[in-house]
Amino acid sequence: MRDAFAETISRALDTDPRLALVLADISADRIQQAARRHPDRVINVGIREQLLIGVTGGLALAGMRPVAHTFPPFLVERAFEQIKLDLSHQDAGAVLVSWGGSYDIADNGRTHMAPGDVALMDTLPGWRIQVPGHPREAAELVSAALPGEDSVYLRLSAQSNAQARPVTPTLQVVRRGREAVVVAVGPTLDRVLAATASMDVTVLYASTVRPFDGAGLRAAVEFTGRADVVLVEPYLAGTSTHCVAEALLHVPHRVLALGVRRDVELRAYGEPADHDAAHGLDVTGIAAAVHTFTG
Amino acid sequence: MTGYRDLAALIDRMPSPAKYANIVNSTLDVLWVLYDRVLDVSPERIEDPDRDRFLLSKGHCPNAFYAVLAAKGFIEAAELDKWGSFASRLGKHPDRVLLPGAEIGSGSLGHGLGLGVGTVLGLRAQGRTAPKVVVLVGDAEMDEGSNHEAIVLAGRLGLEQLTAVVVDNTSASHGWPGGIGARFALEGWAERVVDGHDHTALYEAFTQPHPGRPLVVVAQVEPKN
Repeated sequence: MRDAFAETISRALDTDPRLALVLADISADRIQQAARRHPDRVINVGIREQLLIGVTGGLALAGMRPVAHTFPPFLVERAFEQIKLDLSHQDAGAVLVSWGGSYDIADNGRTHMAPGDVALMDTLPGWRIQVPGHPREAAELVSAALPGEDSVYLRLSAQSNAQARPVTPTLQVVRRGREAVVVAVGPTLDRVLAATASMDVTVLYASTVRPFDGAGLRAAVEFTGRADVVLVEPYLAGTSTHCVAEALLHVPHRVLALGVRRDVELRAYGEPADHDAAHGLDVTGIAAAVHTFTG
Repeated sequence: MTGYRDLAALIDRMPSPAKYANIVNSTLDVLWVLYDRVLDVSPERIEDPDRDRFLLSKGHCPNAFYAVLAAKGFIEAAELDKWGSFASRLGKHPDRVLLPGAEIGSGSLGHGLGLGVGTVLGLRAQGRTAPKVVVLVGDAEMDEGSNHEAIVLAGRLGLEQLTAVVVDNTSASHGWPGGIGARFALEGWAERVVDGHDHTALYEAFTQPHPGRPLVVVAQVEPKN
């Protein structure tokens, strides 16, 4: 997805004179050619994340369409007040593109992990938050975000499903069942499908998580006949539970929220798959949790 | 026509604790010189992409700012009477969405310079090399590290369209040995230090050329303490 982003944005810079890309060293090596072609519109501020967002806000105020990019902890967490004030409060639309998911660079440890990014962005009104599950979806979502004026957070990852799915703002029905509704976000879909292969559950796929498709969830719950919902999110567990509660306000329901655990800081390195297993986000973990919940 | 001598009466329409009087007055002359003689902007041109822009980074005590905006016709003087109330567009910190004419919403310190750098880069990318972007910061506001990120990049990129004016009332808790302007000059900015109440000196400082470099004007005013 990182290459998909670099290629898509590089091409778009050639055709859209409003577009500006702001970097803080990360990924600058992948954008070199576009930077040479568009020195005024590819701006590397160095390792300065407060300025990364400040410059992004200023570009928008000057009438440009800015895109800012770095790893999630440095994009969203390090200078979050700049996102709140230099973008949201100024009513300055921008596209923030992170790459690194919750723990794509697991061997770098906690400093390079940001399972809380979506929850943080969710505290600000008006952001579209998208979590593609495949590089082709990432390219489509980047392309779709560029022409607008609005605020978009695109959360790209090394984790991916085998096949790209159509990009829609709605929850897509992947499979119908009767025991529960399982919402798989982005790159968790393949694992959810494998984990629930022998279960009679509806599986929905989401690559857009904000705004959350509450109507789509309600429809799926009605069709399924049971208001038992499982959220499988590749970031902080329960990040979207309040959206489910809102969507099912008038339906007595249960929610199981799977995701990166909140109760402890997992101090471990290794591979992303090790962390999936530790957080119960691998096939075995998801299968066991859904089985217990529906059983 | 409303002039400099009318500003005190406009400021008096916004009741403030007496302890803030010096702070309110510390920026008054800088603001007046900018809006009266330096900035190419007017109420009719607040959407004009080629206007000059003034970014009040130090959003605290914006009474003088509102008074100047009223004097220059950006807002009605009557609005000043209700400042800070729920339905007023004039808060104790400005909000650009509520108040067209305010280029940024501010109040949390250390945001204006980064936004100013981005604004200049955006103007430059569109070939708009004439508009000036003037950012007002306080010497204590310079404690915020975000300013220093912006100073370095603006200096290195030679953002001639950018001016920072530091209203210096020596209120930074740990001070700036050698002067706050030195932090800018080291990074390649043109530096001018003037009496923050001297209209002629301020005008000269803001308008003399500084080719290929951003400009910092240190406007010295009475010490806060």
